[in-house]
Amino acid sequence: MLAIIRPSAWELPLLVHVAGAMLLVGALVVVAAASAGALRRDDDAAVLTRIGYRGMLLGVLPSYVVMRVGAEWIASEEAVGDTTWIGIGYGVADGGLLLTIIATVLAGRAARRGAGGPGGAGRAVVVLSALLIVAYAVATWAMTAKPT
Amino acid sequence: MSLYEWLLFLHVVAAFLLVAGLAAYGVLVFGSAGEAARRALGPPALALWNVGGLGVLVLGVWLALDVDSYELWDGWILAAIVLWLVASGAGGRLARTVREGAADRPGVQLAIMALATLALLIDMILKPGA
Repeated sequence: MLAIIRPSAWELPLLVHVAGAMLLVGALVVVAAASAGALRRDDDAAVLTRIGYRGMLLGVLPSYVVMRVGAEWIASEEAVGDTTWIGIGYGVADGGLLLTIIATVLAGRAARRGAGGPGGAGRAVVVLSALLIVAYAVATWAMTAKPT
Repeated sequence: MSLYEWLLFLHVVAAFLLVAGLAAYGVLVFGSAGEAARRALGPPALALWNVGGLGVLVLGVWLALDVDSYELWDGWILAAIVLWLVASGAGGRLARTVREGAADRPGVQLAIMALATLALLIDMILKPGA
């Protein structure tokens, strides 16, 4: 029940962290849906692949920065130390950044193919964005259940 | 995991789904992709917004009943329910606009949904009066 009783100094960094995380996952869902749609619909492939690329550039990457800045801010306020749930959060965030960069590069390559269809790069973007969504669900579980 | 931890986790996941629906609607309203985006993102936007919205409400009420220090008539919980109704009303209108392609000021509906959702998040974190 610790989450119920929270010092007011933690509220703004927590808001920044949670809002960034929600926008991050929301943007990833848009990227996954648009990229998956591009694989299924030949006529719309170029438009949907471009949405996926822009979603990575203008949605996922900026919201990752907001989420991560909020995470560092709240971690410094709480001084929680080296706990399991913090470790899960950092692990997912660090691994997630690497996968996000790879997915962005691949989304850009898929978008450049234009009417040629998204190809293998487009399929990889769908897989990577789905993997990232699952990883962030695990991180959300760690943040709420706080396993020790 | 305790019941409280499960409820909190699922409540937060529902909020993530709600925001994902909002993000998808954002691309539909402000993007320039037209019919292609509507076909690919319209159904997931509607599903995410509806499932997330219902989950947030049901699990939030369950949490309020489960935690001894919360009551359903606490000011911050009543405010959250009002904000949920505002967001849902605008979401319903926007869904109809997207489905039927009607010109019902979709940008205004989306702005109401986004502001109400942001206010909900602030309310959940600050819990004024709790």
